[in-house]
Amino acid sequence: MSPKGRFTRREFMVAAGIVAVGSSVSCGKLIGPWRSLTADEANTLASLCGQIIPEDHDLGAVSAGVVNYIDIQLAGHFKKLKGIYRRGIAELNVRCIEKYGSAFGNLSDAQQVEFLTAIDSSKSARDSVLQKFFWIVVEHTMQGFYGDPRHGGNRDRASWAMLRLPYPPIRGRFREELKAAGTRV
Amino acid sequence: MAPKRVNAVVVGAGAGGGIVAKELAEAGLTVLLLERGKWNTPFDDLKDDLRNQRLSALGAPFGPDAARNPRVVADAPGRDRVVYPDDWAYNNNAACVGGGTSSYGAMAWRFMEQDFRMRSTYGTVEGSTLDDWPISYQDLEPYYEKAEWEIGVSGDDSKNVFRAPRQRPLPMPPLPPNREFEILEPAAERLGLHPFHIPMLRNSVPYGGRGPCMRCRWCVGFACEVNAKNGTQNTVIPKALATGNCELKTDCMTREILTDSRGRATGVAYYDGDDHLREQLSDLVVLSCGANESARLLLNSKTMLFPSGLGNRYDWVGRNLQGHAYTGAVGVFDSEVYDDIGPGASIAICDFNHHNPGMVSGGMLANEFIRLPIEFVGRTPPGTKSWGREHKDFMRRCFKRSIIVMGPVQEMPVWDARVQVDPSVKDYWGIPVCRFSGGRHSNDLHVAEFLSAKAEQWLKEAGAVQTWRQLPGLGLSGGQHQAGTCRMGDDPKASVVNKDCQLHDIDNVLVIDASVHVTNGGFNPVLTIMANAYRSSDRLITNWKGTKFR
Repeated sequence: MSPKGRFTRREFMVAAGIVAVGSSVSCGKLIGPWRSLTADEANTLASLCGQIIPEDHDLGAVSAGVVNYIDIQLAGHFKKLKGIYRRGIAELNVRCIEKYGSAFGNLSDAQQVEFLTAIDSSKSARDSVLQKFFWIVVEHTMQGFYGDPRHGGNRDRASWAMLRLPYPPIRGRFREELKAAGTRV
Repeated sequence: MAPKRVNAVVVGAGAGGGIVAKELAEAGLTVLLLERGKWNTPFDDLKDDLRNQRLSALGAPFGPDAARNPRVVADAPGRDRVVYPDDWAYNNNAACVGGGTSSYGAMAWRFMEQDFRMRSTYGTVEGSTLDDWPISYQDLEPYYEKAEWEIGVSGDDSKNVFRAPRQRPLPMPPLPPNREFEILEPAAERLGLHPFHIPMLRNSVPYGGRGPCMRCRWCVGFACEVNAKNGTQNTVIPKALATGNCELKTDCMTREILTDSRGRATGVAYYDGDDHLREQLSDLVVLSCGANESARLLLNSKTMLFPSGLGNRYDWVGRNLQGHAYTGAVGVFDSEVYDDIGPGASIAICDFNHHNPGMVSGGMLANEFIRLPIEFVGRTPPGTKSWGREHKDFMRRCFKRSIIVMGPVQEMPVWDARVQVDPSVKDYWGIPVCRFSGGRHSNDLHVAEFLSAKAEQWLKEAGAVQTWRQLPGLGLSGGQHQAGTCRMGDDPKASVVNKDCQLHDIDNVLVIDASVHVTNGGFNPVLTIMANAYRSSDRLITNWKGTKFR
């Protein structure tokens, strides 16, 4: 619990059983508002990010706010990439409808993985634009998940908790503490 | 009001320029130190893992300002693209007071004796302009010592049997070993190697009026929150200013070196913080802008007498751009090896710098700096997906159980690996920008293969259950270790500056930074830049006392 005695988001979600484990489509809870994306775009992007870092017993990209990170940065440092996101998301859906008869977000978990695996390793010229977009999203998803929470992702320091990195970070140490295991003074 | 004339203008307040400014100011010369960036202090350091010198996904906080400073990269003939500092192809080094030294990892290597005699040691190498330095290790030795004591180095290389002779030990002891050191040291000894404590420009005990390292997780790529990392910004530059002879101006972009009808420099033209074009008259001009920008400034200073830029009569300026091809291996252990104790990098070997059978050059190997999760996401073993469940599992399984051993390959200088000024792209002030083209010599990759195999062997001996190699590509490496573009030499037709770092053509224009390195060692180059800055300043002051360059 947070110091104010309220539940943190994560505790609430765990308590309420909202964190879906092993559902057919692995997506966490998406929370707006959106600055750069439309609600539909945010939903599609959430499905995509949810495949890049899926939810399991640890939070995944969506619960950790990766879509929020990307949305915020598209209004800031990534503003030149807004068109690439808009066209990329549209292209993703077009191609999925073509192949499966359904938009990316409505595919099953297995179909989504199959589609992205094919794009990731494709050598066809037709896939190159979508492939490039996918790689950009992979990079941004990693930043949003493993990067500093101050930029809108890594909500509740989800990834650092997953990796069991101490938080608040240990900023300094006394020499006595360095006599602990693994160090010799 | 006419601007005041000074004895010397030093352009760039980094590793080289900071030292030159201090040495000249203490010798009584009046100095104007121009820096295009800002003076960051440790107190406005944000420790941002997406915005730092190593990972600039959301910008480069140590400069330069992205919007104002594009560059051009020629990936292939006819395929130029404009890049900004958040792109690795930008070949960025910091642009701020202290330059790279305010955010570096701070390894403080002396080059080895052979590193100054590469051509004599290995002969000519096909496709490379490999040569000897016109100075030797012995010429630099007293100045290495001066850098170690004045800037401040901790460590202990007494167990490094390959090191070049030194007169005096390092001023500070090494930091207490971290867990990686304890694991890697006995393993190296079992392999018959010679591990030792890496010399670092970092306080392990109070030194220079500042406290010791507090061993946090944010080290390489960040300014030190407790100011325990020693750069020019917290050592020599304050000393230069304290003499009263040196003025530092930040946010000042130098446009060109001014020359008179006799072909001698008379000063520089620069844009101040309010973008006004100013002229500063001086007896001397010293360029310490780093290998990319020093070359750019010479090339941009075209006159009737020097139509292809200053010092460029024989087309050597901007050529032989080199850095380091980093290579090594990741090892995964069956128990946790991560101890959350910075700076992380602690142990090195110099067994493979030279005398590798059938091979030209080599490099040192050391354990990597402590890493943040975002810096580990790309360290996947071959065949592992870079996304999905597999990647998440990789992070959970390996982040705290891996040790990375890496090292810099001493690169072969290549004539076509170069900085030019772009014919069309200009920066915010209308100055033509750097254009990069060319790539590495294939020998670098050959040595990288060899070194990474040695790194793997070391990790396996230390108990790694799984290892994989990290190999460089053929791309240009003119980033933080940029060097070579204004070669030092005795022959005016085959180099840009003489032994004293003066342009062959113009004795009152000097280049004092890594640009003058003939070869760049199998080491981080900063201590050599510093030592050469002390040496060249010494020579300059001697010359000054004679002729005053008038």
